[in-house]
Amino acid sequence: MKIHEYQAKELLKKYDVAIQDGYAINDMSDFDAAISKLQSRGINQFVVKSQIHAGGRGKGKLFNPENREELILEGGVKFTTSVEKAKDLASKMLGNLLVTHQTGSEGKIVKTLFITEGLDYKKELYLGILLDRSVSKNVIMASTEGGVEIEKVAEETPEKILKVWIDPSIGIQSFQARELAFGLGLSGAAFKNFIPFLLKLYKAYEETDASLLEINPLIITNDDRIVALDAKMNFDDNALYRHPEIAAYRDLNEEAPLEIEASKYNLNYIKLDGNVGCMVNGAGLAMATMDIIKLAGGEPANFLDVGGGSSAETVENGFKIILSDPNVKAILVNIFGGIVRCDRVAQGVIEASKKINVAIPVVVRLEGTNAKEAAELLDKSGLNFLVAKSLKEAAEKVTLTIH
Amino acid sequence: MSILVNNTTRLVVQGITGGEGTFHTQQMIAYGTKVVAGVTPGKGGMMYGGNEKDIFAHPVPVFNTVTDAVKNEGADTSVIFVPAAFAAEAIMESAEAGIKLIVCITEGIPTRDMVKVREYLKHKNSRLVGPNCPGVISPGYAKVGIMPGFIHTPGNVGVISRSGTLTYEAVWQLTERGIGQSTCIGIGGDPIIGTQFLDAFKLFKEDSDTHAIIMIGEIGGSAEEEAAEYVKNEFNKPVIGFIAGRTAPPGRRMGHAGAIISGGKGTAAEKMEAMRTAGIHVIESPALIGETVQKVLAESPKKKLFVVESKTKKKKEPAKAHIQANLKKIYAAQVTKKVKPKPKPKPKPKKKLTAKTKVKPKKRK
Repeated sequence: MKIHEYQAKELLKKYDVAIQDGYAINDMSDFDAAISKLQSRGINQFVVKSQIHAGGRGKGKLFNPENREELILEGGVKFTTSVEKAKDLASKMLGNLLVTHQTGSEGKIVKTLFITEGLDYKKELYLGILLDRSVSKNVIMASTEGGVEIEKVAEETPEKILKVWIDPSIGIQSFQARELAFGLGLSGAAFKNFIPFLLKLYKAYEETDASLLEINPLIITNDDRIVALDAKMNFDDNALYRHPEIAAYRDLNEEAPLEIEASKYNLNYIKLDGNVGCMVNGAGLAMATMDIIKLAGGEPANFLDVGGGSSAETVENGFKIILSDPNVKAILVNIFGGIVRCDRVAQGVIEASKKINVAIPVVVRLEGTNAKEAAELLDKSGLNFLVAKSLKEAAEKVTLTIH
Repeated sequence: MSILVNNTTRLVVQGITGGEGTFHTQQMIAYGTKVVAGVTPGKGGMMYGGNEKDIFAHPVPVFNTVTDAVKNEGADTSVIFVPAAFAAEAIMESAEAGIKLIVCITEGIPTRDMVKVREYLKHKNSRLVGPNCPGVISPGYAKVGIMPGFIHTPGNVGVISRSGTLTYEAVWQLTERGIGQSTCIGIGGDPIIGTQFLDAFKLFKEDSDTHAIIMIGEIGGSAEEEAAEYVKNEFNKPVIGFIAGRTAPPGRRMGHAGAIISGGKGTAAEKMEAMRTAGIHVIESPALIGETVQKVLAESPKKKLFVVESKTKKKKEPAKAHIQANLKKIYAAQVTKKVKPKPKPKPKPKKKLTAKTKVKPKKRK
């Protein structure tokens, strides 16, 4: 699960991690209060930051959601020393469409702003914590190349990324923090401040079951403090059950409406841009089915894993979700019946199709236990199913129907 | 003859009295796996014969701890069906009890827990398969997991896969062409798993009855690349590979917790390239898995090897016959189950277990 910058900072603050602080607002009517709270702390320079679940906000562009041609503002993160300017910037961001290299051309509506203190700094660094799958340990990555995309640094100058791996049985050690601090060329007060900063940051990562904690940039202020200017946190969905306070950070505005709907039915659905919908049992087979649609000349419209059960109800919900996508011109149902018998699945497909009156071609491929009986049931149903015997035939049939 | 599990495997089921545990124990016993014990804390001492839906061919003694199951029944392999919040601990309990092979079916174990488990296992003599996997089957010998037994047939192709149903698909394509399997391992779809492709390749290398390997990978991580490197340098049997998720969008978790392209890494294209470079026969379409294996086997320079080793086939015949008899039983059970459940395996309620009353595992015929 992803959360917003302001939420991540709220969490980090609980761990006493030094952050660039501020106030989140959802409405311009709260703007003045946010500014005066900052002013009361003696702050007189401000940053207005759009809050969306995508990177590249600073270099993004804001458009009018009613008219996507109309550019309203360049940059979704802006620094200013003037309250009036800050207010103007905020009004140009809130409610408008922010397009960054990570959002794709459709962009995201900015529904929340983070109004923060503006800090003067002399250096930008990078810090990231994540799981290194190849060694089953968490790794901390640090780089002097802060403020730019870390993927680019990794590609072009991999030697500029320092790494330390954390031993799960003893946790992070001070010497590891020192190793990174020396590697980053820190000295004096900045060096001293970096060590506790990193130890606390790692504690926050570990205890919240984060799957990614990225501070980019991490800054050294003019007075040698180490401060998280930005904060990105992702969490392990499997561990959310033990962090209800983090689960509450979920922002449905950031998710595709169809995916939210699907999750209500316990369906694992991801919307894509193609025209062939598919319904499959099992994640691996679902991916393979998408691949074969593409190979046959179609474009998959979604990933949908209906799980092992594949009852009439599951199939019905699956059809409903797929059909809600207006781009879908045909559906491929691909179920491997192992312990679930294919004739049962076929029964489910027939019942569901009758109930919701599917108007587009449905190619059904059932393989495994009682596949023959299943094919007979589908043939006799009087419904317009295209029954396929093999995976290859299924993809070809479904592609033919859309061309 | 096979790897990891065979007809000497003595299995303990952790979470045997739960719904999933009961259903799959019934299936595993029906396949011929020697299920010698079950563990459900607090229910130790009873003989468990299934529930009204799923009745075991023979009752199984239940213990409070895995250690008791090892001591009393000589269990050497465990399969875990306990809920995600307790599964990491169940793995460690098995390792502590001296279980050699731990197969964890459970999906949804938090990554942080698995980081600890992996570290813990480094100091133990146990191998973990999974979590979030269908398990391990050596067709004709033993099935430790949730895969449908009947789609498999004994033979000489090893299968290693991160997926469940996609593996069944691949196996089915083989079986339909008369190509049997030595052992099929579902290594699991999580970011942290006990047995990687690489480990499985090392095991198969030593198995003279495995003549070729199918590896079924998917997007995310770099395990396929690491295995490809090994295949290139040290593996001398033909390998056929498929990677699922060529059309998967970056940054999205495709069902499996580990199936995600992050930071531009872990794409299908990268993996396929690494595999091709290693001399692996990479299949573009999942529909062509069986066909390709058939071709590769026919062209394999080790064809001679097949003929030489076919001597061992004689030994396998009884296993085949046995499994066919078993399959008949399974089908028969499926048909007749509703009408009249066999009276024999009714659970003997709360029978105190002592060394003398312990149930001996059924001998295979």
